[in-house]
Amino acid sequence: MPTIRIPSQLRSLVDGQRKMEVTGSTIRAILDELDAKHPGIKNRVLDEKGEPSAFVGVYIDGEDIRFLGGLDAEVPEGAEVSIVPAAAGG
Amino acid sequence: MTKVLGLKCKECGEVYEAEGIHVCDLCFGPLEVALDYDYIKSIISREKIESGPISLWRYVDLLPVNSGWDADVRVGFTPLQHAPRLGAAIGLKNLYVKNDAVNPTYSFKDRPVAIAVTKARELGHTVFACASTGNLASAVAAAGMKAGLETYVFLPADVEAGKITNAAVYGANLIAVNGTYDQLNRLCSEIADEEDWAFCNINVRPYYAEGSKTLAYETVEQLGWRAPEHVVVPIASGALYTKIAHGFREMVDVGLISSQSVRISGAQAEGCGPVAAAFAGGEQSFEPVRQPDTIAKSLAIGNPADGNYSLEVARQTNGVIQSVTDAETVEGIKLLACTEGIFTEAAGGVTIATLQKLATSSVIGEDEVTVAYVTGNGLKTQEAVDGHVSVTVTIDPTIGSFEDAMESRQQTDLAWSASHASTG
Repeated sequence: MPTIRIPSQLRSLVDGQRKMEVTGSTIRAILDELDAKHPGIKNRVLDEKGEPSAFVGVYIDGEDIRFLGGLDAEVPEGAEVSIVPAAAGG
Repeated sequence: MTKVLGLKCKECGEVYEAEGIHVCDLCFGPLEVALDYDYIKSIISREKIESGPISLWRYVDLLPVNSGWDADVRVGFTPLQHAPRLGAAIGLKNLYVKNDAVNPTYSFKDRPVAIAVTKARELGHTVFACASTGNLASAVAAAGMKAGLETYVFLPADVEAGKITNAAVYGANLIAVNGTYDQLNRLCSEIADEEDWAFCNINVRPYYAEGSKTLAYETVEQLGWRAPEHVVVPIASGALYTKIAHGFREMVDVGLISSQSVRISGAQAEGCGPVAAAFAGGEQSFEPVRQPDTIAKSLAIGNPADGNYSLEVARQTNGVIQSVTDAETVEGIKLLACTEGIFTEAAGGVTIATLQKLATSSVIGEDEVTVAYVTGNGLKTQEAVDGHVSVTVTIDPTIGSFEDAMESRQQTDLAWSASHASTG
């Protein structure tokens, strides 16, 4: 089962959890699953066009999903997904 | 009265207390320090600045720290060098080079770090850290250790040897990461979310980034309280580029100059030029580069946090963002050294090569008062010029050997002149 790391900015939406187990096999499915249980998450991660916001990075085992097919990127069994604010570095 | 109003989201405008946070809880937009310019205008003056310390702290009224900075470390107020020989070589009549390679750890990064370390202490942090492409590592290691903070610097394992040595010598915890800068930056963002550390380019980033504004302030003061007409700035994350633009605007906001319309052009390496590519394609946002491939490792950020804001700045100020090849970068390093006596690192070569491209294509007008920002020292990236520079000749310690060498040199020169004369 994949796990997802929740950044501090979103933890208030998920009862303070830092890490959660999920069942989806794509990022899109995982976000739908999370949003069903904890409404509001999807709106914070996706922009108005339904694409990942320019201010959020989504990673599968450390690899940016923009290089893996975006929201349809496949999430292998046991993978770690992370959501990370993009405004960092330099 | 206080000069800092708080932190403001650049995207949605939400306002926060001036704490150790860097992104908006509502939209993940980056937070930026909001200053009270009316108040600052009432306490600042050219005379006050001119009688201040010979460092960036002369502009403390415009910086988001209270007091308690380390005045012994002389960061900033680096030379703005008139550059007539470089100007003549590339067709510019009013060219200056801001030589920021002479800071305490030999790059401009000492500026943002000076603010970050001061703020980290104000916020009560005991651990100071950063994610670095190389230069920031040295700046953070030096400032953190001198401040007596536990210090951690993360940098890609494949950066230049000189940058590893430079960062390691201060005795901070130096963590080399097998991966690109973007990968270790993501890792550090996750660490910053779990540890109560002051990561200067993550949770303390709004304050850290303000330090780079001082490059614009100094330029204005050193030109005799006037803004230049065109500047060329290297782009890695885009923080330096956007903050220099911000600094020029603030000089007007607080009444130190009456107007400015600086054209702000940017320099990237072709092997990692996401912002230059987006600019050339007329795009509003950049496409990240997965695997940067350039000798300018300090510019090797494939996913620049301020890339889209940089595009905005370029278009608003009528600037151009251009990229150059590694070969052009090496020529840029050599050209600056042989005309102006400044040995810059690869990123500086990118800046000079870009400057040259913009000058020869008349993007920069020959009379425009132009400043090129040279942000790091050449001894940090000696690999960049390996095989491109060498001793002229090796001789024995005898007059005869010297005279032989000079004679053969002269013949070579004559042969060279003759061949050029015959070909017209």
